[in-house]
Amino acid sequence: MFRWNSDRALAAVTGLAARLAAVIVLLIIGFVILQSVPALQELGPVRFFTDDGWYPTGEVAARGYNLAPMVVATVLCAVGALLLAAPLGLLVAVWLTEYAPAALGRPVEALVGLMAGVPSVVYGLWGLVTLVPLIAAWQPPGASLLSGILVLFLMVLPTVILATVAALRAVTPEWRMAAAALGMGPTGALWRVVVPAARGGIRGALVLALARAIGETMAVLMVTGNVVRMPDSLFDPVRTLTANIALELAYAVDLHRSALFVGGLLLAALVAALVLAAERPREARRHA
Amino acid sequence: MRETATPLAAWGATAAVLAGALWMLIDVLWRGAPGLSMGFLLEAPRDAGRAGGVAPILLSTIWILAVALAAALPLGLATAIWLSESTLQRPRLQRAVRLSLDMLAGVPSIVFGLFGNAVFAVALGMGLSILSGGLTLACMALPIIIRTAEEGLRALPPELRLQAAALGLRRSRIVLGLLLPAALPALLAGTLLGIGRALAETAALIFTSGYVDRAPQSWLDSGRALSVHIYDLSMNVPGGEHNAYTAALVLMALIVAINAATQAAARHWRRALSWQDPAAGDR
Repeated sequence: MFRWNSDRALAAVTGLAARLAAVIVLLIIGFVILQSVPALQELGPVRFFTDDGWYPTGEVAARGYNLAPMVVATVLCAVGALLLAAPLGLLVAVWLTEYAPAALGRPVEALVGLMAGVPSVVYGLWGLVTLVPLIAAWQPPGASLLSGILVLFLMVLPTVILATVAALRAVTPEWRMAAAALGMGPTGALWRVVVPAARGGIRGALVLALARAIGETMAVLMVTGNVVRMPDSLFDPVRTLTANIALELAYAVDLHRSALFVGGLLLAALVAALVLAAERPREARRHA
Repeated sequence: MRETATPLAAWGATAAVLAGALWMLIDVLWRGAPGLSMGFLLEAPRDAGRAGGVAPILLSTIWILAVALAAALPLGLATAIWLSESTLQRPRLQRAVRLSLDMLAGVPSIVFGLFGNAVFAVALGMGLSILSGGLTLACMALPIIIRTAEEGLRALPPELRLQAAALGLRRSRIVLGLLLPAALPALLAGTLLGIGRALAETAALIFTSGYVDRAPQSWLDSGRALSVHIYDLSMNVPGGEHNAYTAALVLMALIVAINAATQAAARHWRRALSWQDPAAGDR
């Protein structure tokens, strides 16, 4: 006979909650796909890369749904930011773990922690009011791929630094002693033993940062000018996939709305592909 | 040569990064502080936000956070209990739940916005409202709350469980009456982390809780969050930068306060652990 008791109830309730929490991400993916279907069916997936441009409203015959320039802008902004953040973040992490005097290291680490918590809209505000006019004075119009890269760089830097510091601190001191016993100086031990030993953690930090940069909306939206075009130079304004959604969802209807969800789907696919690509080589090496 | 190049580069890089970070923080302080007053916190915005304050916006922000917590906390705590209690465990299902929570943590915020708009606002008929926005944020904060709560529950010394079981207490009594209270500071730290994340969020709220800058009368009213207010003032309102900066300063102050509270909770937690288990203090 089934006997109801509080243990059973606890197991049932918590089990249900866990399943519900696990289903949310599937619901998100499912709904974004569901909302993309009308556009994908009516237009076909190819038109999102071959159309003349992005003109989702107006005369039906003249409409175009090309997302390619925005995919390019998204990738360029994120990769540019990471190219700056990776070496600088590693050096700051090395400073924090190797060279920082205690009196200086603690406040700097606290400051980096604070920067990690600054909302993206505040980074965007600073970029819009301070950085963009500076770039405009040098190379108009200012709101550009470059300002997007710089703001994103500053935004993902704390992520890179904090995760790299954690990876470097996780390297056991015995490895350093072994390196010293082999006659390596502190610098040699750092670059040839400690950093390679922390490689996995550092790679994780960079993947996390790149995924954040790809998915970032507000900071980029506020500083890149939002013109849909293939950029010819760092000083051209661009519009990313995320900015496109944020700018147009408010008034989009029918196919236009559905096309924006296709953009969201593409964005999620980019992030997923990145995470998978980062997992693959590690798996391969483990099995080798 | 290399023995001096590396420290030199490390010091240089740190100085550069420090300069950039301080530039931004001081900029927000410098431009935001002149507008800060009691009136700014207590008045309604006037002239599209160029004048007046942020009182109704703070109210909307609190409502949205309250909805998010009311939804995410019970679900998150129950999931954390399920994940941390070894005998309730089903390994394959547990791995699937963890994987799906990791994926959830990696979803870009604008995609949460798309989802919240399509599901809560449109499909479930909640419209642009406090409720839609709060539920969307609850989905975003869930992985953070679950992870910290689970870590907190797992960090408790196993003797606690064993001794309680030896006294013949039921598992449900042990979990709800003993383990949850013992892990309270860790649960609090996780909740605060979730609040911090939710406060900083903008992109997921624009199309779920909306833009209306009046004080909400019910949770089905649209309400503008502080972060959305900053975005709107700086992008859509010419001459709104001053109040955007002041609002940004208020938001930063809230986030710093929450960070400090999180750290205090975590410190208290470590001390509580070391009291229960002297060895834990050294970890």
